[in-house]
Amino acid sequence: MKLNRKWINEDFVDLSAVSDREYVEKLTIFGQKVETWERMDSEIKNVVVGKVLSIVRHENSDHMWVCQVDVGKDAPVQIVTGAQNVHQGDLVPAALHNSRLPGGVHITKGKLRGVESNGMLCSFAELGLTQNDLPGVFADGIWILNGEDCQPGDDINCVIGNDDTVVDFEITNNRPDCYSIIGLARESAAAFGKTMRHHTPVVHGSDAGSMYDFLDVEVPATQLCSRYSSRMVANVKIAPSPKWLRQRLRANGVRPINNIVDITNYVMLEYGQPMHAFDYRYVSSGKIIVREALQGETLTTLDGNVRALQPGMLVIADEDKPIGLAGIMGGENSEILDDTTTVVFESANFNGTSIRQTALSLGMRTESSGKFEKNLDPMMTVPAVQRACELVELLQCGDVLDGIIDVINQVPQPRTIPLEPERINALLGTHISREDMVSYLKLLEIPVEGDDILVPSFRPDLNHTADIAEEVGRSYGYNEIPTTDLKLSTQGGCSAYMLLENKAGALCRSLGYSEIITYSFVSPTIFDQIRLPADSPLRHALKIQNPLGEDTSIMRTIALPSMLDILSRNNAYHNKSVKLYEMAKIYLPVDGQSLPEEPKMLTLGTYGAGESFFTLKGEVEAILTGLRIRKASYTAVSDNPSFHPGRCAKVTVDGVDVGYIGQVHPLVAANYGIDAEVYCAELSFTKLFSLQLPDPVYVPLPKYPGVSRDLSFVCDETVTVAQAEDVITAAAGKLLRSIRLFDIYRGAGIPAGKKSMAFSLELRADDRTLTDADSESVISKVLSALEKQLGAVLR
Amino acid sequence: MKQQLENIRQQALSALDSASSPEALEELRVRLLGKKGELTTVLKQMGKLSPEERPVMGQLANSVRAAIEEKLEQRKADIHAAVLEAKLKAEAVDVTIPGEAVALGHQHPMNMVLQEIKDIFIGMGYQVIDGPEVELASYNFTRLNIEEGHPSRDRSDTFYFTDDDSVLLRTQTSPMQIRAMENTQPPICILAPGRVYRKDEADATHSPMFHQIEGLVVAENVTMGDLKGALITMIRRLYRDDAVIRFRPHHFPFTEPSCETDMRCHKCHGTGEVDGQVCSTCHGEGWIEILGAGMVHPDVLRGCGIDPEKYSGFAFGIGLERMAMSRLRINDLRLIFDNDIRFLNQF
Repeated sequence: MKLNRKWINEDFVDLSAVSDREYVEKLTIFGQKVETWERMDSEIKNVVVGKVLSIVRHENSDHMWVCQVDVGKDAPVQIVTGAQNVHQGDLVPAALHNSRLPGGVHITKGKLRGVESNGMLCSFAELGLTQNDLPGVFADGIWILNGEDCQPGDDINCVIGNDDTVVDFEITNNRPDCYSIIGLARESAAAFGKTMRHHTPVVHGSDAGSMYDFLDVEVPATQLCSRYSSRMVANVKIAPSPKWLRQRLRANGVRPINNIVDITNYVMLEYGQPMHAFDYRYVSSGKIIVREALQGETLTTLDGNVRALQPGMLVIADEDKPIGLAGIMGGENSEILDDTTTVVFESANFNGTSIRQTALSLGMRTESSGKFEKNLDPMMTVPAVQRACELVELLQCGDVLDGIIDVINQVPQPRTIPLEPERINALLGTHISREDMVSYLKLLEIPVEGDDILVPSFRPDLNHTADIAEEVGRSYGYNEIPTTDLKLSTQGGCSAYMLLENKAGALCRSLGYSEIITYSFVSPTIFDQIRLPADSPLRHALKIQNPLGEDTSIMRTIALPSMLDILSRNNAYHNKSVKLYEMAKIYLPVDGQSLPEEPKMLTLGTYGAGESFFTLKGEVEAILTGLRIRKASYTAVSDNPSFHPGRCAKVTVDGVDVGYIGQVHPLVAANYGIDAEVYCAELSFTKLFSLQLPDPVYVPLPKYPGVSRDLSFVCDETVTVAQAEDVITAAAGKLLRSIRLFDIYRGAGIPAGKKSMAFSLELRADDRTLTDADSESVISKVLSALEKQLGAVLR
Repeated sequence: MKQQLENIRQQALSALDSASSPEALEELRVRLLGKKGELTTVLKQMGKLSPEERPVMGQLANSVRAAIEEKLEQRKADIHAAVLEAKLKAEAVDVTIPGEAVALGHQHPMNMVLQEIKDIFIGMGYQVIDGPEVELASYNFTRLNIEEGHPSRDRSDTFYFTDDDSVLLRTQTSPMQIRAMENTQPPICILAPGRVYRKDEADATHSPMFHQIEGLVVAENVTMGDLKGALITMIRRLYRDDAVIRFRPHHFPFTEPSCETDMRCHKCHGTGEVDGQVCSTCHGEGWIEILGAGMVHPDVLRGCGIDPEKYSGFAFGIGLERMAMSRLRINDLRLIFDNDIRFLNQF
């Protein structure tokens, strides 16, 4: 909401002694946050009123003139102009040497065809004005100021009305009253502890008759229109508005059009009550009906667009057709024209939600709809229409007819809230006296009678003592409320789950993985991108009905694609070696439940020199060990279509499948535009959390030395290390303390289709030093088991 | 003989002084003190001396031997030190050669700042909780006093999953207030960080997914002064002890009174200008908005079965992106979700 300070100072409360900065800070702290503010004269500098003392033809030009201009200084200045409408004695805007014009134009002295020119005479367009601002002024030439109240040397900004500051407020949507000059004047006065002046519109009337003879209003849409007030003006003379009115509109960013339209806009700014003016000629049968649109109806709005209307949208209609889209925009068919003679002023209160939804669905949010959607005060319709009629009389642009039509469906009933100073102080943590509270409320024009606060109709937001506490608190000053430290008996901390999450993150980082954060919503094409089968249950994802775009339209059921997306982006950035992890939720729909499950996944992804299945596996093993997860087993998986069929393992802990690790299938990598080996792991962190080992307890250190034995044997290529380990472990019995693969060999000395595996075994007993016989017995059991079960022979 | 002994002493000491390697020393030791050494050879002549001379000469011979032995030890130590010194000198490295690379990963800057904030509040007695992101409209809106028809419920602002708009992606972490209050009786003191979603196209200052940190305290006699105290403590710990903070009235449907909290701009120090230009950090306002907060609305308390006559509380919502960006001087929100490793490596 924009506001020009001069208007407030002149009409409501004089704060002209307050600097702009001070005003802005004070209002912001008081609860009316200023978003931006600007002096209107900041764009035009060193442009003054000049009087043309003489004008002669340029010696080297047949279209230029050389003027001697009185600019209020001791000596006149010489300025060359190409304009043809300047005459001796004219008052003109003169941009002097080193002046600034809108759009960053900088004027300096110079020579024009050999003749010195110490500046420039300006047209109104060069001063940032339009024909709407200056009706009747010749546009193609210098702006002649002869009728203006000004002297040579006056700053042109004062002539234009730029000696003002425009302040743009962010109005919170609980304060519809502040979408008006009067509302902001009230806040401004209260913020500075002053009382504002009020003006009650006075309409003298005329002998042009009664509006009841001309117009009838019906409001069948009782729920969408709580009040419809209307007056009429006859013998209208459409003309430009006077300068003061045009300048106030311009300062508030409204383009002047003509007196009647300007009056409706002026009242909307001043009271916050949007108004509309219809040309009575086009109100068929003299009847206005406020109703919902019918299926298939259309209306051409003032902007020339044809609008297809639907039931639920509120229209202003005559007996035959819609003539306006209620609260949003008038119809072209009843527009005020230059030959309009009789006008119907509408000042109504429409349902905010309905107006907002209509404006939204038609894509035409207007100044008016923006105000209505805040739910305006129904008590404002009559003062506003009265003000409009008062202005009609002031501007002498028509005769106001007797009578007012005021259809009331609902208006708020007077309400009270008890004044409870103790509760207010208890909530704020203050010791403000009752008297002070009452005077704060009085400044805000909230009367108190006895122990009752009489809530004004323009403050629908006041319902509870808590609301009154805010009014008192902001008047007292939030920053003056003593700051205290609350001492509670609560224990601060995180859940075990969150602690383990932190630990997992720290482990990943210690292994060189950096953390990423990706969107929870993804494209439905990800399933094809990672080659998920058509019948995969993971394709059953929550679908956003109104997504920003297809790319972000489903909630992910798998985290791998998000990781691949980021790896792909890094690859596109030519980042050579990348290791990333993400700890984030997936969203799994559950039948019969409104809300999905949201387990967390730990995803690792990497590409670059030195990366292989086994580096990733080693890192995953380290993470699982660090998290104290029970022993994991890794089973070869060749049918996970996202992964390389020969380089993928399912990770299982205690019989629970917790995820996959492996090389991303080259076709999938290609789908993400990566021409390199990509390794990823996706593990369910939520499952891992439930698979932790119990807390560790101390096991006595060995008293007797162990024996280390290396074992190397040849077996079929198909035998896996895990199979060999299982056979060795089972055969060796409890003397075996650890087993470690240290070599796999193929080549010279080993037959084709075979390989050699070498393990290091550590044997130890708790109660004695092992003898050679002990270890020999273990080794022979192991060898015979290997031979029997795997066909392996000692090498 | 006496002369002979003195000569041996003198020559031996000077020879030892000039010996420069362990091998030379050993050679000298054999030559002087060995079985066929010079001293032994002299001592073999002791038999020829008179009984009176013998003890005198014996004493002298012992003192010569002791002197040589002492000198020998001293020279051994000297030479050993010299050899070590030479070895160490030869082993010297160029310490400016880079160390063997150990790649360390980096925490995402958002979570880095989140962790700091969590730790600060944990220290003040807050329990960190988590909750659903796919949420019921009743928790996200209705029970927070946001009525049907409120603009924030529009399909242009909120992502929905169902035709009846009953299931949505939470637009704020505030539903966690309701979840905390319906599960626990006061005193309640929780912090609920998490992802939230709004229908905004991604640009330098907007993202359809971002993070908030919700705080809620409900107990007897909680005041707005307590709210100010908690927030000032957090901001000063997170930024610096002399951070200047202001509270300004604002409106949220679920708190009353409500406020927004601003911190004086670190770049222009509140003047709104840097070198005559509008400050780019605060856009000339002199202040940076940090968070929204307020006293829990009595209707919200009552809706969760908490008696507003007995209990009061405060709640606050911090925009994590805003915090992280101002704290780490990140100027474009898209960087946060772009996850470029060159960006991540900076933190």
